[in-house]
Amino acid sequence: MNRLLSRSLWELGFFLGVAFFVVLAAFPFYWMVITAFKENSDLYDVSNIPFWFNDPPTLEHIKYLFQETLFARWLWNSLVIGLCVTAITLVTAVPAGYALARMKSRKGEALGITIFLTYLVPPTLLFLPLSRIIAELGLQNSMWSLVLVYPTFTIPFCSWLLMGFFKALPVEIEEAAIVDGCSLFGAFVKMAIPLSLPGILTVVIFTFTLTLQEFVYALTFVSASDQKPITLGVATDLIRGDIFYWGEIMAGALIASVPVAIAYNLFLDRFISGITGGAVK
Amino acid sequence: MAVIAEPIAKPASRFQFFFDRREVLDMFLVAPAVIYVLLLVGLPLLLAVYYSVSTYTVYDPTWTFVGLRNFIDIIQNPTFIETLVNTFIFTFGSQLLGLVLGKFGAFLLLRPFPGRKIVRALIVLPFVIPVALATIAWRWLFDSLYSVFNWTFIALGILDRADVPNWLGTPWLAMLCVIIINAWRFFPFAIVIFLAGITAVPQDVIDAATVDGAGFWRRNYQIILPMILPIMVIGLIFGIVFTFTDLSIVFLLTQGGPVGATSVLGFAGFQTGIVSGDVAHGAAISLFMLPVLLVVVVFMLRFIRRREI
Repeated sequence: MNRLLSRSLWELGFFLGVAFFVVLAAFPFYWMVITAFKENSDLYDVSNIPFWFNDPPTLEHIKYLFQETLFARWLWNSLVIGLCVTAITLVTAVPAGYALARMKSRKGEALGITIFLTYLVPPTLLFLPLSRIIAELGLQNSMWSLVLVYPTFTIPFCSWLLMGFFKALPVEIEEAAIVDGCSLFGAFVKMAIPLSLPGILTVVIFTFTLTLQEFVYALTFVSASDQKPITLGVATDLIRGDIFYWGEIMAGALIASVPVAIAYNLFLDRFISGITGGAVK
Repeated sequence: MAVIAEPIAKPASRFQFFFDRREVLDMFLVAPAVIYVLLLVGLPLLLAVYYSVSTYTVYDPTWTFVGLRNFIDIIQNPTFIETLVNTFIFTFGSQLLGLVLGKFGAFLLLRPFPGRKIVRALIVLPFVIPVALATIAWRWLFDSLYSVFNWTFIALGILDRADVPNWLGTPWLAMLCVIIINAWRFFPFAIVIFLAGITAVPQDVIDAATVDGAGFWRRNYQIILPMILPIMVIGLIFGIVFTFTDLSIVFLLTQGGPVGATSVLGFAGFQTGIVSGDVAHGAAISLFMLPVLLVVVVFMLRFIRRREI
């Protein structure tokens, strides 16, 4: 009986612990949702219980976002930036990852590590000189500056990730293709690339989410409202003086976060094995 | 000894003359990535060093060499020393809190239970939501008038409406908020890293230790911990680098305030170099990150090397 009691106490503690973590992690997200759909009169009344809807939920904030602000434009900007950066990343990182995986010398390994380490060079160290370079190129205040700069972190990360994928691909398949008359380059294009499509898909997802998450470069290079990507627009443009439009801000944050959260969640394990580089085998 | 087959001559391909050697092809394939990174990471890094020893500003872009004067100016400024201390408090405070939460979270998630996948998806939310948007949500949670935490304290009768905390307006509370948000953002990452490490420990190693008489603690701290140490260190390095150089959280939550209480290196560099246009001093401030980053990079290199050998 005593054993049963201590066992169920242990179980209770376990699930309380799990509940604590879920609430800790998800509460700000829940708050985003509830704020986004609340009437202003409900939102700014401290005598109401804030945890749920006291008035019926409303789509007012989302409507306002699309009709009265540049929100749709920011969504579009983010999409364009994401697509361009993904294209640049694929064109450079796929061949680089492949070559790094096939280099047998110590030099190749060192090159791979060096490229990956540039991923760790922080934006806050580079933003000053980059802002001068962008000014020289006449790209200041334009979303195209971000298309130029974002590959500086997506290329290193994705080259490293793809290197892992290509390493896992048996080199014998390419050798067989070469024996059958393929050139070295042909073996890469016709054999290695089609076989690593899952890896390339992962890279596409990551490049996209990394561009959506970025904030520092966007803040530094773009101040024109109609050029902002969505994260920057929502975080800085829905504030007039000291007044925060909380309903609209949270609605915008929600719309921007949901796709990123879902995509990232699905690919999280690959992300982790990418950055740890299989430190534990 | 019999000759089995003669290799058939390869038909000539268009690229054969360029790429018939593996090394040439590899160099050609890796070149675009390397050039991109050299031009937009390597060159700016050198430029940052160059700016930091000049008098370059946005308004007066002349390149006068002044040696280490900018660095001396900065060190002699007491506000900067405060910023430097803040950066260390922010980094180590949030990493410590994140690691503790991560360790406990991983311990809970290790055990299979119904709905574990959904629980995991919810727990990793802080790491997968764009940090700028999450910070804005936290700013709303810490709002001076409508903070839900304050509302709860009042409703539960713990605090009176007159003496509720002004989260972002009190220096030490503001620092605590910034630390909490960053720890909140990184603890799911720590959980996932711990889990990836622990599940990679082969079960037979643990079984062998159990047979040899190792108890729960001994298994944990003498078998599992040393085996997951490399992966933990890499996770921690990422956490440290991205926290030490962070700008988004402070910029969106407190703007470095109140009175510089939450100003960190990234924010100070932004204020001086971008907002005030004093590129030279801004670059010098940012370069104070470099020593820390170098130490971290050396660590990382050693761990990666150990793995490869």
